[in-house]
Amino acid sequence: MAAVAGRWLAILRGRRFAVLLFLTPMLVTLAAIAAWPLVRTIFYGFTNASLSDLDAARFIGFRNYLDTLTLRSGRIVHTGLLADPVWWRAVWNTLRFAAISVSLETVFGTIIALVLNRKFPGRGLVRAAVLIPWAVPTIVSAKMWAWMMNDQFGILNDMLMRIGLLSHPIAWTASPDTAFLAVLIVDVWKSTPFMALLILAGLQMLPRDVYEAARVDGVSPFRAFFDITLPLIRPALLVAVIFRALDAMRIFDLIYVLTPNNERTETMSVFAQQNLFSFDKFAYGSAASTLLFLVVALITILFVTLGQLDPERGL
Amino acid sequence: MRMHFLKTAGFTLLVAAIIVESVFPFYYAILTAFKSGNAIFRVDYWPTSFSLSNYAAVLTQGVFARNILNSLFVACVTVALSLILGTTAAYALARFRFAGRKLLLFAILSVSMFPQVAVLAGLFEVIRALGLYNSLWSLVLSYLIFTLPFTVWVLTAFLRDMPTGLEEAAIMDGASPLRILVQIFLPLTAPAMVTTGLLAFITAWNEFLFALTFTSNDAQRTVPVAIALLSGATEFEVPWGNIMAASVIVTVPLVVLVLIFQRRIVSGLTAGAIKG
Repeated sequence: MAAVAGRWLAILRGRRFAVLLFLTPMLVTLAAIAAWPLVRTIFYGFTNASLSDLDAARFIGFRNYLDTLTLRSGRIVHTGLLADPVWWRAVWNTLRFAAISVSLETVFGTIIALVLNRKFPGRGLVRAAVLIPWAVPTIVSAKMWAWMMNDQFGILNDMLMRIGLLSHPIAWTASPDTAFLAVLIVDVWKSTPFMALLILAGLQMLPRDVYEAARVDGVSPFRAFFDITLPLIRPALLVAVIFRALDAMRIFDLIYVLTPNNERTETMSVFAQQNLFSFDKFAYGSAASTLLFLVVALITILFVTLGQLDPERGL
Repeated sequence: MRMHFLKTAGFTLLVAAIIVESVFPFYYAILTAFKSGNAIFRVDYWPTSFSLSNYAAVLTQGVFARNILNSLFVACVTVALSLILGTTAAYALARFRFAGRKLLLFAILSVSMFPQVAVLAGLFEVIRALGLYNSLWSLVLSYLIFTLPFTVWVLTAFLRDMPTGLEEAAIMDGASPLRILVQIFLPLTAPAMVTTGLLAFITAWNEFLFALTFTSNDAQRTVPVAIALLSGATEFEVPWGNIMAASVIVTVPLVVLVLIFQRRIVSGLTAGAIKG
């Protein structure tokens, strides 16, 4: 009896040791490349660090966020991120981009998922085709579309002029009026497949007999979608939306390559990266990164609470 | 009868639109890459020439061939490291009960969800302190930020669903946890590891922000940055033919991989998101 209990204890002790042994390398790695850098970024946001001399950074409190200066003339001037119109424009651009792109991707993704959920000849081909935009690297899609949207030689202008939608070619990516639209088009093209696949997975878990019953009762397919399908796939849909929204709020590569130096499309990530490494305003860029982190964290918490998601079950 | 015909026609049209919309941009890039000289400035909807001059130019001029090797190295090492670190951690998270397990899992996931720019400044400091600035290892290290949490998450979900019988027998026989992992779970996990490895490879192959920030000369660049920075003789002369050829070169292997492993990838993507 005592021997058996002793053996169990030894096994348990061994297993507890094993947990530590197995988890530590991963946790140490993540601490070194994610947690610690995050702490340092927040720290640099409160200093006057410059890229060329990080060690000389001195603590300056909240002055990167908001500072009040009284000029000799007696005028009071506010500086810092919270008083920076360029920053607020980047915040607005990011949130607007995230809201519109994710909404469009949800609608198109649902349509594609509904199509793929039906049985028809050539379905495998469609599924393969849909995966292609997802497989194309973001930078490559940015360049492909930049070429298609070229103002002089682009095929997009050519197409739209042929069918009479445009009377003269437009500079999609350079013109302030269309740059945002151009970014939206490319992002929706690239990210809709992901949305469609997640929604399709949700659709495939639905019980078939509900639809049989609905059909027997004479419910139209249209009503069946809104009254049966949508409520049932809501959890899958919500998870997909959160994934996409988080991704959209940190967008950097597409904007940086498709519409460089364009104030109409500059997002929070682009603003922060350029201040950090191009404009030699390391501390200011760190503060912007910190704010970006806070904004995204806040929206995530809001989403998860409002959507009543259980992290273990839902995600 | 007529109603039925209209419905079928409408559906077929929708399917055709989805296919054309998905495939056209890449098709047009391939078509452009095969053109030479001034032909590139003429809009064509169908292939007109099959010149390889753009491919030859992009592979022989400059360091693009080197950039491809860089990307391959970074992606492969990233995959290997995230699988090694991820599998052991996932085993602990899936097959052992301990306090704070759920919270830990969620914290790990949140690492990959948060904006990478938030860690950029601090990571730059770490990388410089380690002497890795402008080295490919800086990219391997930073890519683990998103490949590792994803690997842990998917493999944990996968390992959790496995039957307990074999494991219990092995425990009673006195097998160590490491032996149980290697001899019992590893062979069973292989398919899931292929999927997560593939997804990690694709993410590492495509990454742009860290690659742009942590490397500084052309020879150390990875493919996405190299393509983004490809420039012509003058500032106003964009070498579209070369850019499209480079794009096709780096995308074709990915598209082939994705089409071969279609089912795996779809299940991997959804496992991370939906499986509970």
